[in-house]
Amino acid sequence: MIEAFEPAPDTRGEIILSARDLTKRFAGFVAVNGVNLNVERGTIHALIGPNGAGKTTCFNLLTKFLQPSSGTIHFNGRNITNLPSADIARLGVVRSFQISAVFPRMSVTDNVRIALQRRRGDSFDFWRSQSVLSAFDDEALRRVDEVGLSEFAHVMAGDLSYGRKRALEIATTLALEPEMMLLDEPMAGMAQEDVTRISALIRKISANRTILMVEHNLSVVADLSDRITVLARGEVLAEGSYDEVSRHPGVVEAYIGASHE
Amino acid sequence: MSLETPAQSQAEALPVGTPRLHLIIFAVLLVLLLIAPFVLYPVFLMKVLCFALFASALNLLLGFGGLLSFGHAAFFGSASYITAYAAKDWGLSPELAILLGTAAAAVLGLGIGALAIRRQGIYFAMVTLAFAQMVFFFAVKAPFTGGEDGIQAVPRGHLFGFIDLSSDLTLYFVVLVIAFGGLLGIYRIIHSPFGQVLKAIRDNEPRLISLGYKVQRYKLAVFVMSATLAGLAGATKALVFQLASLTDVYWTMSGEVVLMTLLGGMGTVFGPLVGAAALVTMENYFAGLGAWVTVLQGVIFVASVLLFREGIVGVIARLTKKSL
Ligand SMILES: Nc1ncnc2c1ncn2[C@@H]1O[C@H](COP(=O)(O)OP(=O)(O)OP(=O)(O)O)[C@@H](O)[C@H]1O
Ligand SMILES: [Mg+2]
Repeated sequence: MIEAFEPAPDTRGEIILSARDLTKRFAGFVAVNGVNLNVERGTIHALIGPNGAGKTTCFNLLTKFLQPSSGTIHFNGRNITNLPSADIARLGVVRSFQISAVFPRMSVTDNVRIALQRRRGDSFDFWRSQSVLSAFDDEALRRVDEVGLSEFAHVMAGDLSYGRKRALEIATTLALEPEMMLLDEPMAGMAQEDVTRISALIRKISANRTILMVEHNLSVVADLSDRITVLARGEVLAEGSYDEVSRHPGVVEAYIGASHE
Repeated sequence: MSLETPAQSQAEALPVGTPRLHLIIFAVLLVLLLIAPFVLYPVFLMKVLCFALFASALNLLLGFGGLLSFGHAAFFGSASYITAYAAKDWGLSPELAILLGTAAAAVLGLGIGALAIRRQGIYFAMVTLAFAQMVFFFAVKAPFTGGEDGIQAVPRGHLFGFIDLSSDLTLYFVVLVIAFGGLLGIYRIIHSPFGQVLKAIRDNEPRLISLGYKVQRYKLAVFVMSATLAGLAGATKALVFQLASLTDVYWTMSGEVVLMTLLGGMGTVFGPLVGAAALVTMENYFAGLGAWVTVLQGVIFVASVLLFREGIVGVIARLTKKSL
């Protein structure tokens, strides 16, 4: 994709998610400091930076798993700064977690089905047999197959290898058909063949949705992202295409500096 | 069927087999329980049934919702008191007295649950314990609970006005209907769409929130259900022993039901039944040992936490590779 060189991020296309002056303080320590972020609809936007830069904290703020100390968040033009996490998910912003987040004592298919079950609205019907959920089985299996897990469909999720848990997490997230996905290091701990498959999957699913992704594997980032925001010490250090940010002197320094610590 | 992919045929193999096994176990259990009062003491069996229901109610919250309550005696005990009081002082029929006691436990569960679910893990357990202690002190001080004596000589009365419950054998079958009904109800809850959400909360609450579930509502709902069923067990127990006493609301009662659940296997369907039967049997047959029963319970508790955390049924389930 050809990148424009103008610094203003919202000159092309429509902004789906934006954060203004997002700040998070923990007991005197500022983990995220005045971050401005604009994610364009339909793009894959990467958030990179050295360990401890505040990437996960940003995700936690955007999905309201943490309350920002200050700043605002807008999704599709709507101020979501004060919405609870579950409501943000319902609006179509679904996140994954850095530490694999599956339901370990449920089968792989049931993991995906719990996401599909959201379509029924609330599930307070304790008097009904769960066989009503079998309506979702075919679709759950399709999602499981999509991430290459069909031979593990009935394995307990907790028994999967780390890389497969990550794949399952993506399948579960995808089952919600979210307008926007926030993926926190989706490839971490994956074998190369899985990285290739999940990269291809992310590219495929990005066709009709927006993805904000934290990833340390820079070749994946280079390959997938339309735009990259580099975070260091809680602040935005650079933003642009892969070529732009990789030439940015501060970025080089931040990465080398971090690896020497 | 033959055109299905392997994944699809597996998909059907699992859910069909498991409930059938459970159905068989429930049926065998029912037959045994129908014969049992002609072989064993009905009062002993009724005690086992009440505690099996109580432990299963706790297991619904702990084993499936992942919430450890250390104050379930509050629901068991207050239902026991209210049923005893209603039957004795107001002369209510047994079914109404039990209903009233159970309803009171539900209301209490709603109140305590609404406050407790704001905390997680050990703090949740401590909040439930704190409220249970408040209920205990209320039972000690209140004018109508009989203080140290409790409420004694509670009349069993006539069920629906015409079934005399003074015979242990007659009462046994009533208790069997209540307890078995309760157990089947719990079984349905954990195998419902609601139950699926519960298991997901137990397994990974933040992930479930990220999928758009408002988990607090589900936690409150299961807390109230668990409290209600614990109340049903306590209310029934009051009629069986014709007694409501401080033992029912004391914190050791909360501990005992946790122990039953852990010993039998939390998160299993049949574990709490086994745990309740084991501990009630122990209490009854080793009653001569006096305080040593408590020591023995302590040893069992430590052993089940350290050595076999899955509990008796949990171990059997693992060895047989069956969900029990
Ligand atoms: N709940 C918290 N309380 C206090 N400090 C926190 C908390 N969460 C994160 N931090 C701190 O905030 C900083 C940023 O953490 P964060 O997890 O966002 O980094 P990250 O960019 O995701 O790093 P990594 O690449 O290692 O995942 C770190 O120094 C971390 O120790
Ligand atoms: Mg992180």
